[in-house]
Amino acid sequence: MDELLAVFAQEAREQVAAMEAGLLQLEDNPADHDLINGIFRAAHTVKGGAGTVECTFIVDFTHAVEGVLSRMRDSEIQANGDLVALLLACSDHMASLIGVLEAGQEAPPDDLALEGRDLKHRLETDWLGATAGHPAEKIDPVHASGGGPVAGSDCWHISLRFGQNVLKSGMDPLNFLRYLATLGSIDSLETLSDAMPPAAEMDPENCYLGFEIRFRSGAGKAEIEQVFDFVRDECELRILPPNSRVNDYIELIAALPEDPLRLGEILVRIGALTQAELDEGLTLQAAPADTEAAPAHLPLGEILVEQKLVQPEVVEAAAAKQKQVADKKAAEARLIRIQADKLDRLIDLVGELVIAGSAVNLLASKAGLSDLGEATEVVSRLVENIRDQALALRMVQIGETFGRFQRVVRDVSRELGKDIELVIQGGETELDKSVVEKIGDPLMHLVRNAMDHGVESAEARLAAGKSARGRLLLNAFHDSGSIVIEVADDGGGLNRERILKKAQEKGLVPPGQTLTDNEINHLIFEPGFSTADQVSNLSGRGVGMDVVKRNITALRGRVDIESEPGLGTRFAIRLPLTLAIIDGFLVGAGRAAYVVPLDAVVECLELQIDSDARNVINLRGEVLPFIRLRDLFGIEGPRPVRENVVVVKIAGQKAGLVVDQLLGEFQTVIKPLGALFRNLRGIGGSTILGSGEVALILDVQALVQIASRTEEQRRPAPARPDALPALAASPASH
Amino acid sequence: MGQIVPHATLPAQAPTGALAAAGDAHQVLTFTLGGELFAIGILNVKEIIEYGQVTEIPMMPGFIRGVINLRGAVVPVIDLSARFGGAQSTVGKRTCIVIVEAPTGEDGLRHDIGVVVDAVSEVLDIPAGDVEPPPAFGARLRTDFIAGMGRVAGRFVIILDAAKVLSVDELALLSSLDGAPAQASHATHDA
Repeated sequence: MDELLAVFAQEAREQVAAMEAGLLQLEDNPADHDLINGIFRAAHTVKGGAGTVECTFIVDFTHAVEGVLSRMRDSEIQANGDLVALLLACSDHMASLIGVLEAGQEAPPDDLALEGRDLKHRLETDWLGATAGHPAEKIDPVHASGGGPVAGSDCWHISLRFGQNVLKSGMDPLNFLRYLATLGSIDSLETLSDAMPPAAEMDPENCYLGFEIRFRSGAGKAEIEQVFDFVRDECELRILPPNSRVNDYIELIAALPEDPLRLGEILVRIGALTQAELDEGLTLQAAPADTEAAPAHLPLGEILVEQKLVQPEVVEAAAAKQKQVADKKAAEARLIRIQADKLDRLIDLVGELVIAGSAVNLLASKAGLSDLGEATEVVSRLVENIRDQALALRMVQIGETFGRFQRVVRDVSRELGKDIELVIQGGETELDKSVVEKIGDPLMHLVRNAMDHGVESAEARLAAGKSARGRLLLNAFHDSGSIVIEVADDGGGLNRERILKKAQEKGLVPPGQTLTDNEINHLIFEPGFSTADQVSNLSGRGVGMDVVKRNITALRGRVDIESEPGLGTRFAIRLPLTLAIIDGFLVGAGRAAYVVPLDAVVECLELQIDSDARNVINLRGEVLPFIRLRDLFGIEGPRPVRENVVVVKIAGQKAGLVVDQLLGEFQTVIKPLGALFRNLRGIGGSTILGSGEVALILDVQALVQIASRTEEQRRPAPARPDALPALAASPASH
Repeated sequence: MGQIVPHATLPAQAPTGALAAAGDAHQVLTFTLGGELFAIGILNVKEIIEYGQVTEIPMMPGFIRGVINLRGAVVPVIDLSARFGGAQSTVGKRTCIVIVEAPTGEDGLRHDIGVVVDAVSEVLDIPAGDVEPPPAFGARLRTDFIAGMGRVAGRFVIILDAAKVLSVDELALLSSLDGAPAQASHATHDA
């Protein structure tokens, strides 16, 4: 796909997204003109862009959409639920069409084309067809303001005078007429060559032509004007709506450069006016100007003002358009689009700079030169600032992700027959782009789940003394170096009795075991767990919640649940701000250094044990099992005299890691280990130390699992299935 | 990938003519490993660095030496000797790491892999006519590892098929199994 297409596709997707967002808001505020204008602009931009990349199928379809939007903008039709639903379907279709374009296909596949034809047909018959049927409705304001006889013509009249430079600017007047013909039919057309100078003075590169056109179309004035957008500056365009007053025609004649009589004849010839109307009009014009009709010799500007009075929305559109251009320019000045991998490369380089900087620091302190030491301190502080700034470049607001759920909530609530409103808070909270990309699916599960299982039906809500309309809250905020994303509903809350019963049925919890409320809540994250008696389209298949938890854990995050019976349920997802950096605790074992994620570390102490027989220590009366890294990793060499224990806590479970040395806290850039190590468990990644050496980041949870599995296998008795200890451990741990 | 990969796709029993027909000379980097001379297509080689600062990865089979920091990127290092079913090579004064662009893995991305060799010798042009197909057996090496046997000064140099020897998918699969048995099964395959 060439670059132009790629740029168009991206912009078009943004515009379609804007359109969708606008439509969703429009549902609640059907009369909001700013919204309608915004939606119209978005559709129009897509159409314009598609024209530039010569993608006719998008132009065709979007044109119909734009037509309807234009009528909404002109307050000819009112937005209602049906129309918004139809337009939403259209915006989906536009997105699909953009996909077709991106895939490099010449035309949409058959099913899509069929959908497009169907939508277009509905647009045209239900919402556009009305124009042709009742044109009088459209020009009512004219009658109200104008008076005077009405010319008996139901066609648009277009007077077009191309400027001399049109051909030189590379535009062919004929193309505009052809394009005009796509909006309707040209009834008759008269070419005016009056401006043509004598042959000797004529410049063959200049255009001297003008046209008088009778145009039959259901399109609005703004739409017709848009046909000539590209030559707007270089042509004189006057458009009279169907059934205009005779006076308007007379004014038109007066405003045009050609001889009035000749023009009059032309108008009569193409059928805009009858001879009688023309005569009457000219008489009126000649009479003292005490009639309502405008005087004949008004300057062009004032006549244009008159015209605007006829079609006020055209002015509005033009003003909106100018504003849009200005807004866009301002926004473009503030934003730079760059490729994500360029950014990653920058962050890599800054990471290397940090490493190189710390090597210099090391040398400086060895050299014992205090001046040098101070200078390197300054440098390393600046480098750290640069790193923070570079990482901040990757931060994006979560609002866009939240915004997508407006549509989901709308569609799903209709599907479920529930009335649910989505409230979004904290959309401006920033987090790493890579996290944003990966959080979408888990959020989708939670939102759907909350709507399906959380929020009750309207009757149940009313019976419980709540408002019939359910409420779903998406919230995000920063909390001590992590971001918390909440999905909360005001539904019935988790039914803990049923969850426990189900868990016992499924053998997830041994009968007779007592669990805290929180532990029961977390049972819903167990694989294969679902309490929904009815398996619905959305959820209840028991796949999902465990995937949610797994995805979130993979992002180094966790989920908490708060649930009050009758008041609702709140899922709080806590995630690190970035995947690129980790706060680590550096430990040494053998010759190598390892990083333990700092959020897992509870405390550190010296190892004091009586015998080597058991891998447990007494932590203030608590039994703490530990893993000796040397043993697990098969590190050779004698153990140091003093060993240390790092007490870690993962998913509520405490364990000790026995290491040789504690090397302190360490903030570091994570480097993935690559495909070769994709099956390696227990190591979460790697990082580069100040010395240039690679240190491995420990995946504490996996280490604990490996250790417990190894012990299971060591037992002489027939080994229990591997899954059991892990299963029993994780629900009980919360 | 140069000229080697097309050969690799040939079945082992391909007639001699097939290789000769492949055309131009092989430009290879030769190196020694356990006293034997091997070669690898020069187009696969990105750079050669001194051996040092290899971080061992625990719980991995012996043919994975560990990882190194190559200007900010973490690059795995393979011990070829162990990969061929032998013992890990001992690090000497002339031990080097040859950084090779490994063939595309499942993920469709190219990876750099470091290969430990005892010493790097030279870059040679081996005319296509001097390259024989791999022997059906007797090389004490999996035949699919061998792209061809180059005749150099009366000796045979084993030209390695980097795509097979350093197949990321195979290495990852092997390393997910327990280290020792994986190598044992290898050794039997070699014989």
